[in-house]
Amino acid sequence: MIALSDTPIDANVVTDSVRSPRFGAVITFEGITRDHHDGRGVTGLWYEAYAPMAVAEMERIAAEISARWPGTAVAMVHRTGAVPIGEASVVIAVGAEHRGEAYEASRYAIDELKLRVPVWKREAYADGTAWIANKVS
Amino acid sequence: MNVVVRYFAQLREARGRSSETCSFEAGITAAGAYAALGLPAGLPVAYAVNQERVPGTTGLEDGDELVFLPPLGGG
Repeated sequence: MIALSDTPIDANVVTDSVRSPRFGAVITFEGITRDHHDGRGVTGLWYEAYAPMAVAEMERIAAEISARWPGTAVAMVHRTGAVPIGEASVVIAVGAEHRGEAYEASRYAIDELKLRVPVWKREAYADGTAWIANKVS
Repeated sequence: MNVVVRYFAQLREARGRSSETCSFEAGITAAGAYAALGLPAGLPVAYAVNQERVPGTTGLEDGDELVFLPPLGGG
């Protein structure tokens, strides 16, 4: 399951999509919208995506995970549009035989997504809005 | 030649639209198109042509889809 969603993401559905009798480890990562950023109160968030390229890039990341951690399964869903504080902006689930590769693949998926998937975030504050870039480490 | 240009985030707001068909001189590059359109200087954009990330020095061709990618904020 690789998708964009303009409605709330059901993390259980994403997680269930990677479950398998052969997997002893399933990890679900939820990125949640926060009520503050750099000490400033955030009242709302808006995500927009270059949809066809965002899906293609998430599919590429999933393919890289399959190559690097063979036999794992990954699902990624990113939200678009207005996302209220406290809801998931992204849900990533990884299923693997053992926990080590599940943790590694999950971390790889979110790190690469933030670097490569064409999605933008606009934060709203009491006194304005700003487009927020991911920190490139 | 005609190129479909799509705008996102602060570039969509700066341009006041999400896409348009632009006519450019043959041989223009992706970065050259950004400058020719008068888009905000100093914004560190990346470039995608036909949904593939490319260097700014990439030459455009008639019928291409060009997207400027401002700094990403997904996740």
